[in-house]
Amino acid sequence: MHRAHLIHLLLGICALVLVGCKGDPPIDTYTEQKILVLGNSTEPQGLDPQIVTGVIESNIIRALFEGLCVEHPSKQGIHLPGAAEAWQANDDFTEWTFHLRRDGKWSDGTPLTTEDFLFSYQRILHPDFGAEYAGMLYYIKGAESYNKGETKDFSSVGVSAPDPYTLKISLKASIPFLPDLTKHYTWYPVPKHTILKHGKMEQRNTPWTEPENIVSNGPFLLREWRLNDYIFAVKNPHYWDKKTVRLEGIRFLPVSNQYTEARMFFNEQLHATYGLAPEMIEHASNHYKKYLRQETYLGTNFIRFNVTDPTLKELKVRQALALSLDSEAIITHILKGGQKPAYGIVPPTEDYHTPNAVCFDPIRAKQLLQEAGYGGSKKLRVTLLSTDKEVSKRLSEAYQDMWKKHLDAEVSIEQREWKTYLNRMSELDYQLALGGWIGDYPDPTTFLDIWKGGDGNNRTGWSNKDYELLLAKAEQTKDPNARLRILEQAEALFLSEMPIIPLYWYTTNYLLHTSVKGWHPLLLNNHPYKFVDLELSESN
Amino acid sequence: MLRTIVSRLLQGIVVVFCLLLITFVLVRLMPGDPFSGEKAHSAHIIQKNKERFHLDKSYPEQFAVYLGLLMQGDMGDSPVKEQPVAKIIKHSFPASLILGIAGITIAILIGIPAGILSALKKNSYIDYGTMIIAMAGISIPSFVIAPLLAGHIATRVPFLKVAGWGDPFDWILPALTLGLGTAAYLARITRGGMLEVLNQDYIRTAHAKGVHPIIVVTKHAIRGGIIPAVAYIGPAFAALITGSFIIETIFQVPGMGQHFVNATKDRDYFLLQGVVILFGSLIVFANLAADIALVMLNPRIRA
Repeated sequence: MHRAHLIHLLLGICALVLVGCKGDPPIDTYTEQKILVLGNSTEPQGLDPQIVTGVIESNIIRALFEGLCVEHPSKQGIHLPGAAEAWQANDDFTEWTFHLRRDGKWSDGTPLTTEDFLFSYQRILHPDFGAEYAGMLYYIKGAESYNKGETKDFSSVGVSAPDPYTLKISLKASIPFLPDLTKHYTWYPVPKHTILKHGKMEQRNTPWTEPENIVSNGPFLLREWRLNDYIFAVKNPHYWDKKTVRLEGIRFLPVSNQYTEARMFFNEQLHATYGLAPEMIEHASNHYKKYLRQETYLGTNFIRFNVTDPTLKELKVRQALALSLDSEAIITHILKGGQKPAYGIVPPTEDYHTPNAVCFDPIRAKQLLQEAGYGGSKKLRVTLLSTDKEVSKRLSEAYQDMWKKHLDAEVSIEQREWKTYLNRMSELDYQLALGGWIGDYPDPTTFLDIWKGGDGNNRTGWSNKDYELLLAKAEQTKDPNARLRILEQAEALFLSEMPIIPLYWYTTNYLLHTSVKGWHPLLLNNHPYKFVDLELSESN
Repeated sequence: MLRTIVSRLLQGIVVVFCLLLITFVLVRLMPGDPFSGEKAHSAHIIQKNKERFHLDKSYPEQFAVYLGLLMQGDMGDSPVKEQPVAKIIKHSFPASLILGIAGITIAILIGIPAGILSALKKNSYIDYGTMIIAMAGISIPSFVIAPLLAGHIATRVPFLKVAGWGDPFDWILPALTLGLGTAAYLARITRGGMLEVLNQDYIRTAHAKGVHPIIVVTKHAIRGGIIPAVAYIGPAFAALITGSFIIETIFQVPGMGQHFVNATKDRDYFLLQGVVILFGSLIVFANLAADIALVMLNPRIRA
């Protein structure tokens, strides 16, 4: 070949490659194909709804599986029919009957019946299965005893099926929010026939969730799962409500670096990001306002006190430290994500009025500290345990500064990596520690139950018999309104003893492309994908 | 030669075993366990899961069980990802291998010629310029270079993406980031090696005999001059193919590097042990390969 020919050939190949690769930006191509591309933080722990425990997994599992009830796409507290087409409760919300739909099928066409539900509940509660989130089903009569191995007889658990399409659930207490619970993945059905094909009921880590094996009942089914690369789900042809499903597929990308995720969004590689780093919020607000979403999220940020510590067992010291923190300033100058200053542990709703127990009052804080015997040469010296996240470091420094300024307290910061931080808290080897809690379902008990004595999430050393009596009383109260009033009393009691400092109520900050339709703010950010659509907008 | 290889391989097995033992103990001494999380679980559930992975047993018993699994070719299951460790490694290794090969190729193609040129033009502007660039390449960390490349190159070149691992174009920027640092080291090492050789008597003799300068360099000087670089390339290649946490997270590459960091963070004992065995073995093999290459380049070692 002549040299000139070779050069022409190479130039030709280069030109073809460039032209071939130019085309539309990837996101427009995906939008045309009705494939939603979502950033989803990290690789999921797995796809078995009865093993996983996180939000990342929940985002994928919600596409593949469906519970008895489904979240409304835009209205909080409205329960839409899912695997069940109707349901009713007795007067005190302790006995529930769910009627499964006759056209409910698994993605391989097998009918979905109550047998699957009974199998699912037995599996997640089976003591040998060791499901970390089995506690989510402890509301069912006898569930806790069975899970703890106190009884081996599953018939003692309050679930029964008089026929293949009627599921009866007996609860140990009055739970008016059971439909909300059934939207949580721990309550989803799993396919008995598929699981038993790949192992025993109580066996974990069988290959039933592999793309070639998995069978699910949600609007989408798993097509591809490339570890640390992407998970691709496509429309389920056997889904009972497939006419509502607009999307052809969803790609979940485990982008753990929030800056990379934002770059990918701005480079038109994603329809939505999982989150947005605090430093990026201002930039997005100034330059990409139309994409920025700041929505209320069901979670509270706080500081834990170790109330067994000699210094912090004194209530006035805890109150002084609480009243000298200015949450408003923290939100404005550090977080910048539209969070709301918290005055209690439960985020307020229309029905639930959070007791207003904490507000920024540095003068009163100083008085309280003096009353506790501090001042002059006797300085308050405490240590704040923090994580190695950048935002935790900045928050800790801000708190340290506020305590120095308002109380003349000497606060040292201990930054520890995540597991060490958790371990130190669980062993009560700390004085003050940053913390937070995300609700599993929209009911105050998701925030209040954890402060019972002996609860693994308490981690403060605080317990109070009267508080637990109030929670027990609420469980036995039939009237939902009266129940909420009792829970408010419980929270007021909790806050009066101040084992924590409530700081702010969470928001989720993320970027959403304008081509995504039917995606509305939801308290738990648990968007039902079957109502989501993609349309090429002019601005694209 | 064969005896040396066999002996080095046996030494390698001991090295990897020691590495595994140290990792096994150290990771278990860290606070927490694979089952601790933000939301605490019941004690009986944690106990059940510890039993499942034999973590309720003493360290020697755990190690014996693990060695038993290894003998059967099983690296165990990850208690965090609920997947066999071998499967996780099998899925992640190809991306790291591709990236490593591309990275070392870039490093060799840039680093060695730059080092030779710099040595030949000693104390000239070319030498100073090359070495300043090399020093910058060594000093600037990849977490600075990577976002710069993603933000300024990928957004301007139509066929490049800021992150992702879909087609071969996606290899370019991560491989460049990975290769540049190694190229800089190689340039400096090659320059040093070449300078030493260029002062040798046999090079002077070749010049005195009137051999063409290009022949002197290509036929006589390079062979001896790149010996330090070759010794460096072996371990460097092993380091490159075992992945880089920073490059993988910035460019969204589904490689091995992130497992090393995440498994430590998550106390994913079995994944970490599996990754250490792989990394250790690769480094042993890469060193062995470098030694063999050195023997072939340097007749004095052969003797």
